[in-house]
Amino acid sequence: MRRLTWFNTTSLTLGFAFLYLPMVILIIYSFNESRLVTVWAGFSTKWYGELLQNQAFLDAALVTLKVGVASSTIATVLGTMAAYVLVRGGRFFGRTLFSGMIYAPLVMPEVITGLSLLLLFISIGLDRGMITIVLAHATFSMCYVSVVVSSRLVSFDKSLEEAALDLGCSAFEAFRLVTLPIIAPAVISGWLLALTLSLDDLVIASFVAGPSSTTLPIKIFSSVRLGVSPEINALSTILILIVAVGTISASLVTKRAVKRRQMEEKMAGD
Amino acid sequence: MNQPAPTAAFAPWEDAKAKPLISFQNVTKKFGDFTAIDNISIDIYEREFFALLGPSGCGKTTLMRMLGGFETPTMGKILIDGQDMANVPPNKRAVNMMFQSYALFPHLSVWDNIAFGLRRDKLPKDQIEARVEEMVKLVRLDKFARRKPHQISGGQRQRVALARSLAKAPKLLLLDEPLGALDKKLRQDTQFELMDIQEKTGTTFVIVTHDQEEAMTVASRIAVMDEGLLIQVDTPARIYETPNSVYVADFIGDVNLIEGNASPRGDGKTILHWAEGQPPLVAECPHAPDVEARCTFAIRPEKVTISKEKPTDRTNAIQGKIEDIAYLGNLSTYSVLLANGTRVKAQTANNRRLSRRELTWEDDVWLSWTETAGIVLDK
Amino acid sequence: MNFRRFSLISVPYLWLFILFLVPFGIVFKISLSDYAISIPPYTPTLDLTEGWAGFKAFLSALDFENYVFLTEDDLYWKAYLSSLKIAVFATALTLLVSFPIAYGMANAPDEWRPTLMMLVILPFWTSFLIRVYAWMGILSQEGFLNQFLMGIGIISDPLIILNTNWAVYIGIIYTYCPFMILPIYATLEKLDPSLNEAAVDLGCSRTSSFWLVTLPLAKPGVIAGCFLVFIPALGEFVIPSLLGGSRTLMIGKVLYEEFFANRDWPVASAVAVVLLLILIIPIVMYQRNQQKMMEAEQ
Repeated sequence: MRRLTWFNTTSLTLGFAFLYLPMVILIIYSFNESRLVTVWAGFSTKWYGELLQNQAFLDAALVTLKVGVASSTIATVLGTMAAYVLVRGGRFFGRTLFSGMIYAPLVMPEVITGLSLLLLFISIGLDRGMITIVLAHATFSMCYVSVVVSSRLVSFDKSLEEAALDLGCSAFEAFRLVTLPIIAPAVISGWLLALTLSLDDLVIASFVAGPSSTTLPIKIFSSVRLGVSPEINALSTILILIVAVGTISASLVTKRAVKRRQMEEKMAGD
Repeated sequence: MNQPAPTAAFAPWEDAKAKPLISFQNVTKKFGDFTAIDNISIDIYEREFFALLGPSGCGKTTLMRMLGGFETPTMGKILIDGQDMANVPPNKRAVNMMFQSYALFPHLSVWDNIAFGLRRDKLPKDQIEARVEEMVKLVRLDKFARRKPHQISGGQRQRVALARSLAKAPKLLLLDEPLGALDKKLRQDTQFELMDIQEKTGTTFVIVTHDQEEAMTVASRIAVMDEGLLIQVDTPARIYETPNSVYVADFIGDVNLIEGNASPRGDGKTILHWAEGQPPLVAECPHAPDVEARCTFAIRPEKVTISKEKPTDRTNAIQGKIEDIAYLGNLSTYSVLLANGTRVKAQTANNRRLSRRELTWEDDVWLSWTETAGIVLDK
Repeated sequence: MNFRRFSLISVPYLWLFILFLVPFGIVFKISLSDYAISIPPYTPTLDLTEGWAGFKAFLSALDFENYVFLTEDDLYWKAYLSSLKIAVFATALTLLVSFPIAYGMANAPDEWRPTLMMLVILPFWTSFLIRVYAWMGILSQEGFLNQFLMGIGIISDPLIILNTNWAVYIGIIYTYCPFMILPIYATLEKLDPSLNEAAVDLGCSRTSSFWLVTLPLAKPGVIAGCFLVFIPALGEFVIPSLLGGSRTLMIGKVLYEEFFANRDWPVASAVAVVLLLILIIPIVMYQRNQQKMMEAEQ
């Protein structure tokens, strides 16, 4: 009895309209000629031009990108290590505390994380700037990475590692030659997730950023607080399109790979 | 096949001077409170095909994983080639393992999977190539060497796993349920292939299986295990013909069990009183009780003859009524109900056409067997 | 324990210890301090040069004064209460919006489902800030929604939605509904359709089979979704700042303003500690629910 009723169709249509219409409207109005964002005055791309002239936005974008790449890379290394320790580490002193520290940041309100990190940086006398943002972002996104990677490790056939040991690998070689190549997709999606979280973060960054290290979300937030602006519409459109193209092409690539694999498996047959 | 000596002559376990390749000495393994292996001692000799047989959870896999170095004994010693294995990690043992899941590396081709272990030994490139070539030929996969594991069939994967574990020419190969993932027909073909390869390479094989037919087919000796204990270690024929306990008799093949009071007859045979008003059974008993004791008589269905008339040439003959007939094609199994409510199965080969067979449901029949056909067990 | 294993464990451990646990200790310590016009703006500060006596003096100067202050000034407990109210109400609304979507997805043909899943996840990858911002233009007085409603003649005067709690609800529903849809969809998708067929076969109507079979079995997913929305909504800062008005009280906003506008670090820290204590209850309940779901699957 799994079939679409009129009720299902209606709720899906309305639901996805609710999810996507606001973004579509935002994109449409980014091409509005008028500065009055709510009155349509004809098609124009002039806000994109003005955005590209705006040095403050470009600087902020660069800072955000640098912070994002640095913090997500650190987070991926630390998060993968943490996942390995959680799934394969066995028992060690303070294991419960460790897994608590992995899961707690996932549910922690950002204001608290931001506040506490700021107070730490002040009390150890670390100047606020890009480094503090990178440290803060790496800390909370390593937890997301470790959740993604450990869910892959849990379903990982342990006998693959044992086979590598059996064939003469040391524990580290077994990880490098067997485990890592197999969990690589999870590690990569962990990195992408960490990057997205870092590029997206406003609250924590506004606590730990210094005056010279304004990130894009901070810049956007301070300008939209005063109201809707067409440059921000243009900027949002660019960001939405980047994410949409990235996500859709990633899912198409995965889908093709899955299909090909299924075909090959079918052909291999018994 | 071109064998230097008949298989029957290969019996190093009967030679007191032979040195075992593997020696378990009072090995116990505990996981927390659970005793997986309970004080086991076995010797396994070179070139043996040794099977560890038992139901799941009996400790057979743990025993094998200790040989591979993936578990360490809680107590006792394991010697391989006379050397104590206590502190030798898996990657330093001349032992290789074929995993139940095959554990083929999904990101490597068949060729690279087989070459994996050789590359860890830093062998020269041409030697590695020659050896891998030899291995893919041995398991008949030369055409598939460049494929990835998901691009070949289950049977082919099994052969890759075998080739990979044999590539380093280990002294000892461990096989964990090697045929468990294959369907029945393929499994039977592969059993003979395994024996053939074992003979060609001269490697000692230790196989773990829960399939008694498989163990009987491939092994030179079988160790039957239950709940961490070793019940019996012997050749397949002796395990089948002279089991040492009801557990082994019941686990291997089909068996009729009749309980009764046994007492010695004087000439080495044992008499078993099994029901009021019925003639006692006469049988052999390896551990004959000196006094009367509660015992179980075990006899295989194919050793029981079924007939309409009472046979005159057999010591043991009892009467019953056919309750059920199972026609299996080559064989028929008759389930016969005795006067005291016991059911006994008798099996006959169907070497006549259907119309010529005379026995049918509700027929009164005689079941008979010789003095040596069955065995009285005191455990 | 060999050196490799030791370093594998200790590197992430120490990182989290220094950058996650120690900061909380500091927050807690400052919450017990007093406000001062100095740098840093609180006393006492630990002076290690004075040794043990200095440490004792430091300890004796700490007290729970700020917590007492939180109970006395009604701004704070009103903010906690109003955050709870907004979070509960918004969670209920999110459930109402999300369940039909998840149910529709679970009933959709197999070949649509991956695409529908992607469509639900896609907004999650786009900037949270932008998704909230998008509603500013829609909900304002001369915004798209009012233009549309007045255009078709349902209303004659523009509705005032932006800068009210209603805008906050809409913002929370919009940004958090993927967290509600996905766990509900996951449980509904696993349901064997023959269960409903059996219910109908035993005399249920299709509607009563939904209430008697589908809904009870979807409960773990519903509970998980509710917590996943409720927990972050409680400490939300961006949505009330952009969509809420000056009268929208949410604790995340209060904390932010206490810290940056009033520069009262000790009180801000006390606010954070209390918020954390309030959050522990739903977090523990959420983990219980997850554990039960895992056990049920085995």
